[in-house]
Amino acid sequence: MIPACPLAALPRGEALRVETDPPIAVFHTEDGELYAVDDTCTHQDASLADGWLEGCEVECPLHASRFDLRTGRVDAPPAKLPVRTHQVVVQDETVYIVPSDLPPNLPPGVRTGSA
Amino acid sequence: MKSVAIVGASLAGLSTARALRAQGFGGRLTIVGAEPHRPYDRPPLSKEFLAGQMTTADLALEGDGEDLDADWRLGVAATRLEQGRSLRIALADGSAVEADGVVIATGAVARTLGGDLGGVHTLRTIEDAATLRADLDAARRLVVIGAGFIGAEVACVARTLGLDVTIVEAAPAPFARALGPEMGAALAGLHEDHGVRLICGAAVRGLTGEGRVDGVLLEDGRRLDADVVLVGIGARPVVEWLDGSGVRVGDGVVCDTGGATSMPGVVAVGDCAAWFDPALGAHLRVEHWTGAARRPATAARTLLSGGAAVPDTLAPPYLWSDQYGMRVQFAGHTLPGDEVSVEEGDLASRRFLAVYRREGRTVAVLGVDQPRSFTRWRRRVNEPAGAR
Repeated sequence: MIPACPLAALPRGEALRVETDPPIAVFHTEDGELYAVDDTCTHQDASLADGWLEGCEVECPLHASRFDLRTGRVDAPPAKLPVRTHQVVVQDETVYIVPSDLPPNLPPGVRTGSA
Repeated sequence: MKSVAIVGASLAGLSTARALRAQGFGGRLTIVGAEPHRPYDRPPLSKEFLAGQMTTADLALEGDGEDLDADWRLGVAATRLEQGRSLRIALADGSAVEADGVVIATGAVARTLGGDLGGVHTLRTIEDAATLRADLDAARRLVVIGAGFIGAEVACVARTLGLDVTIVEAAPAPFARALGPEMGAALAGLHEDHGVRLICGAAVRGLTGEGRVDGVLLEDGRRLDADVVLVGIGARPVVEWLDGSGVRVGDGVVCDTGGATSMPGVVAVGDCAAWFDPALGAHLRVEHWTGAARRPATAARTLLSGGAAVPDTLAPPYLWSDQYGMRVQFAGHTLPGDEVSVEEGDLASRRFLAVYRREGRTVAVLGVDQPRSFTRWRRRVNEPAGAR
């Protein structure tokens, strides 16, 4: 489990990038739900934490593919692959991420430090 | 409508094919492409692909297993459009395609300076990018003619490869057509920071060299040594094949806000199309990727409804560029006389967000390395004055 931030540091409607490898984006929706996905868009190198959060979806800031934060599913090209999702746990007013065991879907040209 | 022919197999054509199928079109679909390739993504050609960080396979626009149930006619250009009982498209190999509906998505080709000297490039296709890269690998000095985005991106890749780079621009300021002179100058600073020489207000008289280019001659008499020249002076729409068809053409195919042309059953999308932009009160040909990706959904509805569908609100034109690790984003359309103010960051740090206003209304926004703010500001473009 990776500590992301104090819950108070992530107001509703905001997102935070955690500098894991690869980085993870944590979102706090207007409805008060917390979600975590890989921060890098599956199409090209752009940070989803910089994107537009609407409901349970985030729109990539570069090309406007929308990802469902619950499933990682993408709605429209240019992204073709879903973004990997992670579990979020809140304990003692702190947001933690339980990283996924699955391989990430990183865009061409972006590699993890270990790969 | 039982059959549709899409002329153009790049992003706009592919996106229209997807939109037609997504909107329930079950008829015969033919896609004609002048290039021999399946649809591929062009923006990386002057960025990651040129830099060697992306492969040809990475450029594919179609998803694995994607099947649009279309008849692909690739490697053959359309030469003529005729209207009889149906619409008929003549192809360069002598064959023809008949259809009830036609989508014009023939894009644009790079403007050239003429001549046939070796080492002189334009950049539009995957072959252009491959030959340019091979030439850059063997060169010491690159001269870019035209300070636009493609030229700037090639300059950036060439600098990372260690070349000596000069950009020559005829206008008094670089990037002025897209960004206005003030912000154009700000972006020019980014290039000068990275050792690119920028010469503005200098028209090119010609290229020198025998067989292969060795220099660029300016109108003021100066001569710049060059091993490779990239000509980045814009693109012209591919519309000659529509001569005599009756489809109205100005700077591109003249369309309404839904993509309908002057001919019933014919719509146009992408770089070759000049849709009417209500925010501007004029037809505007937009060469951006986002327009080619998003407007086809509207054009498909226009085509399938016979023009009865109410067009979606037109999103403001949007472009992005990657230069020296900075992400440049611009949305909207600026005209001379717009007020420009820096709202976040500052010009000196080369990281800023600038807003363009006309009569109190936000008409455009530019972000340099400000993706998060840009995402928010972009939504305010073309809102009525005083909406926020």
